[in-house]
Parts: sequence; structure tokens; C-alpha cells
Amino acid sequence: MQPTTKHVEAEVRVLNSHGLHMRPVTEFVVMAGKFSSKIQVANGKQVVDGKSPMDLMLLGATHGTVLRLIAEGDDAEGAVAALSKLFEERFHVE
Amino acid sequence: MPLKRGIGVSSGVVVGTAFVLDTEEARISKRLIRPERAADETAIVERAFEAARAEVVEEREQFAARAGSELADIFGFHEHWLADQKPRHEIISLIEQKRYSAAYAISVFMRRYRRRFAEMSSPYLQERAKDVQDIERRLLFHAGAETRIGVEELEEPVIIVAHDLTPSQIVKLEGSKNLLGFVTDLGGSTSHTAIIASGLGVPAVVGLEDVTRQVSTGDTLVVDGLHGVVIINPDPPQLVEYNAQAAHQRTVRAALAELRDLAAETKDGHRIELLGNIEFPSEVTHCLEKGAMGIGLFRSEYLFMQQDEPPTEEEQYEAYREAALAVGDKPLVIRTMDLGGDKIPNANWEVEKNPFLGLRSIRYSLQHLGMFRPQLRAILRASAHGDVRVMFPLISRIMELRQAKFVLSLVAEELEEEGYEFTQKIPIGVMVETPAAAICAKELARECDFLSIGTNDLIQYTLAVDRTNERVAQLYTPADPSILRLIHGIIRDTHKLDVTLSMCGEMAGDPFFTILLLGMGLKTLSMAAGNIPRVKKIIRSISMDDAERVKRRVLSFETEREVLNYLRDETRKVWEEA
Repeated sequence: MQPTTKHVEAEVRVLNSHGLHMRPVTEFVVMAGKFSSKIQVANGKQVVDGKSPMDLMLLGATHGTVLRLIAEGDDAEGAVAALSKLFEERFHVE
Repeated sequence: MPLKRGIGVSSGVVVGTAFVLDTEEARISKRLIRPERAADETAIVERAFEAARAEVVEEREQFAARAGSELADIFGFHEHWLADQKPRHEIISLIEQKRYSAAYAISVFMRRYRRRFAEMSSPYLQERAKDVQDIERRLLFHAGAETRIGVEELEEPVIIVAHDLTPSQIVKLEGSKNLLGFVTDLGGSTSHTAIIASGLGVPAVVGLEDVTRQVSTGDTLVVDGLHGVVIINPDPPQLVEYNAQAAHQRTVRAALAELRDLAAETKDGHRIELLGNIEFPSEVTHCLEKGAMGIGLFRSEYLFMQQDEPPTEEEQYEAYREAALAVGDKPLVIRTMDLGGDKIPNANWEVEKNPFLGLRSIRYSLQHLGMFRPQLRAILRASAHGDVRVMFPLISRIMELRQAKFVLSLVAEELEEEGYEFTQKIPIGVMVETPAAAICAKELARECDFLSIGTNDLIQYTLAVDRTNERVAQLYTPADPSILRLIHGIIRDTHKLDVTLSMCGEMAGDPFFTILLLGMGLKTLSMAAGNIPRVKKIIRSISMDDAERVKRRVLSFETEREVLNYLRDETRKVWEEA
């Protein structure tokens, strides 16, 4: 039997006062790297690769921005859950 | 698309590709590679990323203890950024698709990436551009970027974007025939850069403050040198509009170029001598290409501004000789040093409250024979190679002229004893740029071979205006009735004497004044090369009767405004493109 490929999405809000800057991006990328699923982050129409620090910095997500996490793969659920938690915890920065 | 306003210093519209001159430490020696090298350059990129990453990891460990967690964060980010496959893939595709060298591809990519940060809404995020710069430097270092990109190495037509450009850089760039225009962060309307740009007829906008941060090599730029406008990556309607303007200008310019070998003669056969003004010997060719019949003003100052010491006699001789050989059998007027002590290297100079009215130019030269004599020796020696003439600046009394002539005769005797070849009776001229010289032009004319009206300084001294002082710069104008009357007086006073009168200030090259100057009786005009075709066009479109009629009318006006409006109308009547 084929393992099911899941597609999971969730909305998250950027709580950090300086927005999604270097430290949050680094944390995000480290966490995302632990999962095998493809991970994307969307800011409105802009959709970028969640495992690329370069792309994430370019999202220019400021304080209060609502982003969409999109994960696709076996561990999609776990990925989205873990990453959402990071946002809630302000990436342990502030 | 971003529209920036700066100071337009050289009119003309051009649409083209930007080429940013690197201002940071790393320099890239080669931009393009042969296709066979792509694999090697790709490997350089991969290694650069790995090396940079390893370096970051090491530094983080070293500094973490001392510098605290914030620095560790930064390095952490850099490390992950460098581990990201995306940047290197983008850079590698630049190598494969555009044949960029590794270092150049890194530079182009990183600049574009950095620029995206400038567009972000949060100042904090905008600041992150600096981090990117850090990573860029690291990568470039590991990619072997070293020597400064040659200013001469323009391989295709581009618009140069630079923090600042020296006059000699501009001349070199223009020599490559690929300089469409240039824009800089620094610079003002009367800087040397401005003069050279308009002399070369290259559209330029300066004083943009931060254009080097906002433009990347490869961007499309619109440069409007008349209005001081620069547009980065114009949208389609803008492109259409500006391309049309540029095309129209090219047509006009081509039509003017056809005048090159035609005489500068009025419709009723009066010949006018059109000469060129230059700062460097390398500009002579350009002047001749534009139809100059010689050089009416070779400013020698650059020789004094290039190094820490004043130039030696040999260095000056080489420069004057080069110019003389380039001019061939046409006249070459070399003006002696026209600087104040503040600009002369090693001058042992004391601060003056009023340098403009102080010890400069001929006054300085006459008090520093140790510098004046070598210059005169060099000019005399150069006269063996062509029709060289010497001109003294800022003369304000007949005694000054006599003293200068005396020193010249001493120097001539020396050279003769030493066995040098030179023109014994070298023509001697005086720049009429002080009110005193203008008023006593007749007396001066009796003791020299030619006079040249230097309107730039003459206007400043007469109207008592410093044109570089923004508060009063608008008071500077060649069209003031007092100036016109003064010039007319000089022409009348010297008319019957055995002296050639010319004008070499900016006014001589301004097409709106051509009809008037001819009507007043001027027969020789010296100007920046770029202005020669236009002025010739006007000359060929009028008769002397027209010119005299215009002169009579203009001399009756009381205000600058009336003068300018009238001259513009009259000029456009004979040439609508003026």
C-alpha cells in the first residue's frame, strides 16, 4: 500500500516586533530541515521555499503579517504543527 | 518604477543597460568567460560557498564567547544562508546562461538580492541588506575577486553608475566608444565632471546621493540629462516615450554630424573660427571630430591636480607635446596654471578668506617662479611640434602682462642657450576675465597677440556673484545687460587693433548666444567639443545682417529675462531644434 502524501496548510501570524528577520528565519529553516515534506510559506500571492533562508528573508514579513504554511509529504502534519508553534513562541527570540 | 532626480549636467536622453562601477573592496577583473570555462567557474562558485561557510562556522565559534549571542545569531544565519542551495543555483545559471565569470555572477546576483531589501517596508528589514553585503564580500573573496575592474574595459554600450567619477575616468570611458551616459551619487553642477560630460556630449546626471545602492548592473536605465531624471527599470509606456526621445535626438545629432566638414560660415559668406576647449590632451581628437579648427583653450590644471607634487617640466612637456601632435598644424592655445594655492600640491599655502580674489593664477605664478618657469619652458619646448600659443589667465593690469612676458623671454633665452628647438616668437595671449582687463582691453591688446574673453569668471567678478554658492547662483547670467555691454565694449575697443579676439567661456558654446556674439563682431569662438556642431548650425543659418539686427535689439533691453526670451525666439526661428 502506498503511503499517503498529505497536504496540510495553516495560517500563522508573525508576532516578532521586527518581523521575520535573521534569527527567526534561521530557527524556521533549522526546524523545517528536520522534515522530509516539501515546505512552503506564502505571503499573499508570494510563495517561497520554506527551507531556503534566502527566500524567507525576501518575504519581508513584518510584525503582524499573516502567513500561510503549506506542507506536502508524509510528515506534513508534524511539520506544520512544529512550525506553527515556532511562530507562536516568537521563535524564542523575544 | 523608481524615478530619481538629481542634477542634470549634460543634456541628452539615453535608454540603456546600467553598469555599476564597484565601490567596495573586492574588485572583479573579468566579467565574461568563454563557454568552455563554465564548468570551471561553476566549481569556483561551489568552492566559494563551502569555503565561506566553513569560515563563518569558525568565526562564530571564535567570537561567540566574546561577542555574545547576537553575533552568534548573525553568523548562524549566514551559515544557513550559505548552505542554502538556492543562491548558488541562481548564480550558476548566470554563469551558464550569460557567460559571467564566477566572481561577476556572484556580484550581480548579490546586488540584485540586496536591492530587494531596499524595497522592503520595514526599516529593520531594509538594514538586512548590510548583512547580505557581508556575505557577498566573503563569497567574492573566496571566488578570487581581486583587481579593480578596468575603467577602460567596456565591452558593450552601457550607462555607467558610480559613486563618483574623476574627469580622467570619464575621458577614458568615453574613449571606449561604449559610454552611453553616466549617473553618480556625488557631484554638483559646476564640478569638473559636469564640464567634461557636456563637453563630450554624454548625457549625465549627478548628485543622486544613493543611486549606486539602488541600481544593479544589468538594470535598464533611462537618463535624461537635461531634466536630471533617472528611471530605474522603466515600465513599457515610459520605455516607449523615452526611446522615442532618444531616437529623435540621435537623428538631430546625425544631421549635425554632417556639418563637420562644412565651413562655419554665415549665409553671406562671413567665416567664423570655431575652436575647442580641452582639459586633457586626449580630448583633442574628439574636438577635431566635431569640426574644431584648433584648440582655443587647453586648461593645464589637471597636471597640477593629479599627484602630490607639482608636475615636472618633463611631465608637462610630454602632455603639451601630445596635444600639439594631435592638433597637427592647427593652433593650440595653452593657458598657464589657473589655480589657487589651495589646489596646488605642496604649495605651502595659507588659508585665504577670499581665495577667489586672492593669490591665484598668474599672480601665484609670478610669485612662484620655481613653478612658473618649468611650465613656460615646457610650453615653449612643445612649440617645436606645432602651432602652439601661450595664454596668461586672470590678468588684471598691464604690469602683470609685462612681467609674464619678461619671464617668458628669460626662459626663451635659457632654452636657446641649451640648444632646444622652439618657436621664437610664440604668440602670446591674455585671458580677459577681470573687469579691469575688460575695461583696459585696448592697452592690453597693444602688448599681446591675442585676447580671449573668459566669460565664466568675468561674469562672476562683474556681477559680484559666486556661481557655486547656491544662495546666489541664480544671479549668475551671461545675459545681464551689464555683461553684454562689457563684451560689446571689448569688441569695439579692440576692433581696429592688430589683435585676434576670441571668447572661450561657456557663453561661447551656448547656441542661444551665437547670433548675438556674431552680431557684436566676434569672429572666433572656443567651446567644449559637444557644442561645436550646434553653434556651427546656427552660424550657417544666419546672415550678418540678421546678427547685427539682433545685436541692436538686445543691447536695448534692460533685463536678463528680455534678453533670454528674445534670443531663444530668434535662435529657434533659424533652427527649431535649438
